This record gives sequence, C-alpha cells and structure tokens, in this order.
Amino acid sequence: MTSFEPIAAIQRLRRSRATRAKTALKKAPFSAWFGIVVIVGYVFVAVLAHWIAPYGETQVFSEAFAPWSQEFKLGTDQLGRDMLTRLIYGARNTIAIAVATTLLSFAVGVSLGLLAALHRGWLDQILSRAVDVLMSIPSLIFALVLLSIFGSSITSLIVIIALLDSTRVFRLSRAVGLNVAVMEYVEVARLRGEGARWIIAKEILPNVMPPLVAEFGLRFCFVFLTIAALSFLGVGIQPPTADWGSMVRENATLITYGDVTPLLPAGAIALLTVSVNFVVDWFLHATSGLRDEK
Amino acid sequence: MKNSGPGPREKGKDLLQIRNLHVEGFSDERWHPIVRGIDLTLKRGEVLGLIGESGAGKSTIGLAAMGYAKPGCRITQGSILFDGIDLLAVSETVRRRLRGSRIAYVAQSAAASFNPAHRLLEQTVETAVAHGIASREEANRSAVDLYRRLQLPDPETIGFRYPHQVSGGQLQRAMTAMAMACRPDLIVFDEPTTALDVTTQVEVLASIRNIVEEFNTAAIYVTHDLAVVAQMAHRIMVLRDGLTVEEAETRQMLAAPAQEYTKTLWAVRKLAKPEVAAEEYLLTIDHVTAAYARTVKVLQDVCIKVPRERTVAVVGESGSGKSTLARVVTGLLPSLSGSISFAGQPLSKSLKMRPKEVLRRIQMIYQTPDNALNPRQTVEDIIARPLEFYLGFSGAQRDRRIGELMHMVEMSEAYLDRLPAELSGGQKQRVCIARALAADPDLIICDEITSALDQIVQEEILKLLMRLQKDFGMSYLFITHDIATVRAIADEIVVMHQGKVVEQGMKSEVLTPPHPAYTERLLSSVPEMDPDWLTTLLARRKI
Repeated sequence: MTSFEPIAAIQRLRRSRATRAKTALKKAPFSAWFGIVVIVGYVFVAVLAHWIAPYGETQVFSEAFAPWSQEFKLGTDQLGRDMLTRLIYGARNTIAIAVATTLLSFAVGVSLGLLAALHRGWLDQILSRAVDVLMSIPSLIFALVLLSIFGSSITSLIVIIALLDSTRVFRLSRAVGLNVAVMEYVEVARLRGEGARWIIAKEILPNVMPPLVAEFGLRFCFVFLTIAALSFLGVGIQPPTADWGSMVRENATLITYGDVTPLLPAGAIALLTVSVNFVVDWFLHATSGLRDEK
Repeated sequence: MKNSGPGPREKGKDLLQIRNLHVEGFSDERWHPIVRGIDLTLKRGEVLGLIGESGAGKSTIGLAAMGYAKPGCRITQGSILFDGIDLLAVSETVRRRLRGSRIAYVAQSAAASFNPAHRLLEQTVETAVAHGIASREEANRSAVDLYRRLQLPDPETIGFRYPHQVSGGQLQRAMTAMAMACRPDLIVFDEPTTALDVTTQVEVLASIRNIVEEFNTAAIYVTHDLAVVAQMAHRIMVLRDGLTVEEAETRQMLAAPAQEYTKTLWAVRKLAKPEVAAEEYLLTIDHVTAAYARTVKVLQDVCIKVPRERTVAVVGESGSGKSTLARVVTGLLPSLSGSISFAGQPLSKSLKMRPKEVLRRIQMIYQTPDNALNPRQTVEDIIARPLEFYLGFSGAQRDRRIGELMHMVEMSEAYLDRLPAELSGGQKQRVCIARALAADPDLIICDEITSALDQIVQEEILKLLMRLQKDFGMSYLFITHDIATVRAIADEIVVMHQGKVVEQGMKSEVLTPPHPAYTERLLSSVPEMDPDWLTTLLARRKI
C-alpha cells in the first residue's frame, strides 16, 4: 500500500539517528522517563563520587554507629565511616564492576553464540554442551566455589561472574542468531566469500540487536544482584572498598534497633534495578513491533 | 460432471452491495487511503474477479466484503449491504455470526491458515459445528461429500490426515471445503492458487469452479493473474490505487478492454525474445548427481550447458530439483558425483575451495528480495559491498560506480539512503540486480526472481535483464516455473522433472510439439487468456 504520492516519497530522505532518537524519547511513557532520569542520576553520582562525597572513602571517625546528624547526614557505620560517603563511593564501585562484568559476558556470549549459529555442526555441539554443563551447576554456588579457589580480587570477581553469566547470553544469541543465519542475505554474503567475522558483525548482529539489548538490561540487573549477594556473603568486593552489598551486611544489626540506615544501600540497589527494567521494557515494546493492535 | 465454463447461468437477486467504500491504512504515523470509493454489486451465484497490481486494494476490498478490516486498517466511509444487512451498522457479534456461516474466506496460503496440530476433518467442520448449523456427525458426512466433490483422493480418509501430510494443492482444496462447510452464500477467494505450481493450479481451479457452480455460491475472486481470472469469473473489475478502472463481463473485457491501463495489463504476457544460437559455452554441468543427507537424491545425472551471453531457462514444478541445481553451481551443496566447469576451468565442488575471483564471476539473485536484502543495511551499503570486497573500490570511484549501477537498474540515487523496507517489491528486486551487477559477473543465476512480483513489475524486470544482457554480455541461468517468463527471455530451455532433465534444446524446439509427456503436461497447464481454456483443457484431458 505504498503507491501513493510517490514523488513526495522519493524526496523524503532517512531521518538521522539523532532525530529518530528524539522522536522516540518524546513518545516514551512516564515509567521510561523515570528510569532514564534515575540511571543518569546514578551515573552522575558514580562518576563524580570523588567531588560530591563529603569525606574520604575509608576515612574513619571516632564514633561508630553514629545517628543521623548535621555532621554525618546518614550517620556512621560500624567502624565510624560516614554512611553517605560510603553510599556515594559504593555507587561508583558497584556500578563500574557490574557494567564491566555485563560487557564481558556479552562479548563472550554473543560472539560465541552467533558463531555457533552460523557454523552449526561440531563447533555448535561443543559450545552448546559445554554451556549445558556450566548451566547445570547452580551459579551462585559455583561462583562461591570459584571465588574461594581464585580469591576475591575484583578482576577474578568480574571474570568469574561474566563467564557464568555468558552461558545465558550464549543461549539467547544462538537462538536468535539461528533465525537470521538461515536468511538469504546471509547466504548472499557467504556466496560472496565473506569471512565469519564480517557476516556476524555486519549481517547477523544488527538484526538481533533488539532482543540482545533487552537482555543486556536484564543481565545487568542480575549481575548487580549477584555481586551484592556475594558481597553480603563476604566473598564479593572486599573491605575497605565501599560496596552496597557489604554495607547492608555490616550494618544489619542496626535494624534490630529500629534504624533504617542499613536499608538505604539495599534501597539504592532496588531503585536502580527497577529503573533499568523500566527502560528495558520500553525499549522492548518500541522495537518488538508488538504495539497495541486491536 | 458438468463443465460449462463461466458462461451465463441463472443468477439471482443482488446479494452484496458495496457503495462508496473508503478504507484507510495506518503507516508512517498517519492514515493513507487504500480504497477510495468503490461501488460493487454481486448477484447470487455470480463470480466477480478483482484484478490489479499489488497495492491496488483488491485484498482489502475482499475483506471489506465480510465487514472486516485488517489490523491497522479502518473502513472510513460507505455501506456494505449483505443480503439486506448493513455490515457496518450491525454489531461485531452479528458480523462474527455471519462470517464463517454465510460468508467464508479462502486465503492465499492454506498452509498458514491450517492449524498443524489438528486433523483436516476437525478443522473443516469446526465452523459448522460451532455455529450450530449441523451436528458433528452430519458435518463430518457432508465434509466427506465436499472432499469428493473437490476431487480429493480418498475422500473418506483424507480428513484424518494432518495438514503437513497432504500436498499444497490438496490443502488449498481442503480449505475450500472448510469454507464450503456451512454452505455460505458468498466466498471470498484471496489469490488461492498464486502459491501453487501451474500443474497443481489447474486441478485446484477446476475443483473450485465446479463446487461454486454446484452450490450456486457467489464469489469474489481476488488475483493478479489475468489468465486465471478469465477462467473463474463472470465479471471482472480492474482496480488501481484503490479506484475502479473498469468493470465488464469477462468475455467483453478480454475482447475489448476500454481503458488504457487495462490494455497495458493485457499486453504483459506478449513479451517475447528471438532466440540466438550458442557460440561458446561458459558453464558446463557434466553428469552431476546431488543429494541432501546422502540418501535423498534430488539431482540425477544432470547435464546442462550454459552458453556465453545467452539465457538458459530451467523449468519444472516445485520439487523438480531446479533450486538444488543452483545450489550445486554456487557450491552451497557439493555434488556427489559429476563435474562442473566454468570458463574452461574445473569448478571446485565446495564454496570454500573457490577463489574470490571465481566467486565474483558467478552471482545469484533470489526469489524473495525481502529475504535477500539485509533489512538493517541501506541500499548504498548493499550495493557498495561487492565493489569494496571484490574490486577494492573506495572514495569517489566507489560513489561514481554506485551511481552508475543505480542508473543501470533505472533507479534514482535518492533511494540510496533507504532501507529495504522502504522500497516496493520491484525496487527491492532491482537493488538485488544492482548488487549482482556490482561484482561484474559472467554468470547470473536467477532463482524464480519474478514469481513474487505482479505482472507489470515482472515485465519491467524482465526487460531490464534483457537490456543488461545486451549491454554487458553476461549469461543467465534462469530458474522458473512460469512459461510466459521463459518465452520472454530464454534462448535455450531445460525441462526438469524429479531431479532429471526431461528435455533440453533451443526455445523453439522445446516449445513446439511434439513434446515428451511431461513437457506437454507442463505447457498445457499454463493458463491462457481465453475464458474457454480451462473447459477445453479439462475436456481434452478427460478429467
């Protein structure tokens, strides 16, 4: 049904990426806007932690478990460190580690998943069965075991969580990649003599981006929660580095006295998770084509 | 069995009256008109053919006759009077009760319309039982009767099969049985035979025509194939851009089309190219046998020679191995035995063993450009890649060549920034041709490249290919099931059946009798523009 006003149609060039993003933002629902604002706020705090925080990350004051006051806005923790400062630095540490982990897991999972989808055969079999084995072990337990073997340095934390998470990314990208790999335009590229790297990057990847981006948002939340959980168990980010998960654990006793301070880092995690999901939902809705059809 | 053809027969009162129908569709964030004021009257027992190129609004009118608009479409104006009931005024519940029981619909793709998890019989009787028209036993009995009338094999038991266990033509007939189950007053056929082979098409057309006649059902027959509509319809309505171009009795319309546009539609099938004998051979396929999974032989001992600067058409129905032949030549499916030589050099069996230079010289164009163009790449990206990849073009040289290529396929450079979804079917196919040309090939394999296009666009694409061949001297290996296309472009013809070459030779030899039995059946199945063609053919074949 496109045969109307052909002349006008020819003159219309493609809108640029920026203007398309602008029109998409304009139509975004409130929840998406809320999510975007919160995420931008977190990133802002994380990047500028050094300048915003009232005290140093590991600066210890004389009074432990101090109540909220003019001097310590949110009180101090079990060693007498300022809670607000720790919360701000915690944003930087936890978010940076979560982003790095998610990126790494996607780099590994997507490239292997699409490679398996493109080549099928023995490569697909080996990779898929290896992933099955990894996925058959409960990931939190497996992470605990690996972390106790390799020690809880930040690098090993990132690598271990990324590898365990990449199994799910592999499965998703292999599944969506299979649908695209059988398309004739991929066959055209093979007939042209293109290598696997070009076919994956230029022919397949752009066509599987929507589900992968959605998955990225969700995975980010899970990684975030995994790190918090590991820190809470004491094998995640090690003191004195500020981190929301361990902050909850270290100050948990305060809850018994009716003090809400230990809930603040937990709330920070919850708010970010919810916000990311709002944005992902909006993105999924906008790209899936499943708009309100009556 | 009577085969009186779509001649005069007793017609009743007006069954369907559509007045000043307007339908709009939503795209690009605004409403576009699809149908712009159509008037249509259908009498009981009458078959009306709606014809036009894609985008003319014929399917939309077909659906509107049931009081239905597709999602994203809306009926904005007009009235649809079915047997005295205004379909637009009554509630959705009333409309839903009419649909299926008194108005039925037969879609283009029967395979997509059947639920693969249920047996044919259950699905055939479902509506009749659901509408409370018949008990399940009665409905089952009448379904078997319908299967028999539609000349399905084993009418007593075929209903117990699942959709994937019958052929495409049988499925299309089963769908007609489903539509007929409630003995509707009106059936809308939306291109019911477009997806079928010519040989199957004849059988389905004959069955549909018989049953519509026997039950004196009125029908709207939507198609873009003139020859088909000539067999089926009493009256023909030509549509363009949502408007009626002209409407007349079938015989009168065929004999003397009044409008200029109708005449161009009629002229399409008359394209023909004089054949030229071969001088030098480019591609030689020598005793090639190929199989999927090593056991199912799809090509057996095939020998074909493709001359330079000529077109060899490979014809046959689906399953004859035509497309497999293309896969073997391109190296996607290594052959089991036999050899292929290209420009005097033996061609490696597998794609991976072939040097880039050989890959460049053999290009391929596909049936559905929608699948052959990456939806995320612009026209420029698509055409530029072979230039960069094979020829190492960059910068101004690349841009100039892209401009030339667009010019060669008769497209404006304004389209370079578009994505495939923003092009029409014909334009997409032109982009595919430009991409093949960019590699500067010696041989282009065309796999059914015109069968997804409507006839006017088909003609343009075929003319373009012929002109390009004259200008640049490449050879075409043209795979098709359409004899009209073969007449239009081929120098030599290869007829394939069940993986074997049945006949091959110059076009004039193959197309003139005497034919081997299979070629005869294939050729005689191609519908002609004569309204008596089907009747005559059936009488001759004594079906």
